[in-house]
Amino acid sequence: MLKAQIKVLLKQSVLDPQGQAVEKALGALGYNNVEKVRVGKYLEVTLAENDLDAANKQVQEMCERLLTNSVIEDYTFTLVEV
Amino acid sequence: MKFGVVVFPGSNCDLDAYHFVKDVLAQPVDYIWHQEESVAGYECIILPGGSSYGDYLRSGAIASFSPVMKAVKDFALRGGLVIGIGNGFQILVEAGLLPGALYRNTALQFRCQFTYLKVENYFTPFTKAIERGRLLKIPIAHGEGNYYVDKDTLHRLEVKGQIIFRYATEQAEVTAAANPNGSVFNIAGVCNENKNVLGMMPHPERAGEAILGSEDGKMIFDSILKHWEGSRL
Repeated sequence: MLKAQIKVLLKQSVLDPQGQAVEKALGALGYNNVEKVRVGKYLEVTLAENDLDAANKQVQEMCERLLTNSVIEDYTFTLVEV
Repeated sequence: MKFGVVVFPGSNCDLDAYHFVKDVLAQPVDYIWHQEESVAGYECIILPGGSSYGDYLRSGAIASFSPVMKAVKDFALRGGLVIGIGNGFQILVEAGLLPGALYRNTALQFRCQFTYLKVENYFTPFTKAIERGRLLKIPIAHGEGNYYVDKDTLHRLEVKGQIIFRYATEQAEVTAAANPNGSVFNIAGVCNENKNVLGMMPHPERAGEAILGSEDGKMIFDSILKHWEGSRL
């Protein structure tokens, strides 16, 4: 089996209100060297699939169809054996 | 004119929309369960507000793949009138029936308040009965109504007259202070290129009776009725 570890972040061009709020909170806790925070999502999708190329293609398709919204988000993923 | 109100698991303005059509507009209306595969027999489809599928993953994302949405897409492509309100707007953008995306309000708050809407295009089925220059007082209630499009798309929407409503002050000024959620260009509602699909975050069905503080929402539906009557002549 293969597990896709998918990271989703808002595009750099899209304002991230959550990230800004966390950034301010860290500042309030005294972490004055925090330059920037972006908040995203992490998804794990386990596939009954051993072929890396096939899994790669399928995960990309799933990201584009449902898991992410290409208008506001970017994603990256890695496949690991489980 | 026969209306259908789609009900997804987690919809919560379906009753408001049904009541509004039945009791305020005095038009026939049915609920349509999201598992239905047809919307035949309806002249206008309403996608109501709420939190379909708990807003999991992204608001509207999972609902946009429900069986009824395939039928709604076909209906829209054939020119059928579709209005998505709040979560219904989020479902329409996720389904690709409208451009852009809706995400978290910049103020990080759920905003539940009256807004004033400036009408940007009167030549649509949803705005043709609205008096020129008249501001619409209609409430919002959402945490993820921040409308985003990139600059090129915004320009295209402007050129094609797809921007329908913008948040304004009570004096009709479109300012940052009047923007409740951070939406690009103060956008509160947009249409598709053919102008038969409208998505808006404010809730016109909650502004149809004086006891609710405003009757301005009715003007949008009066437009729909006027358009439909005109199309039957």
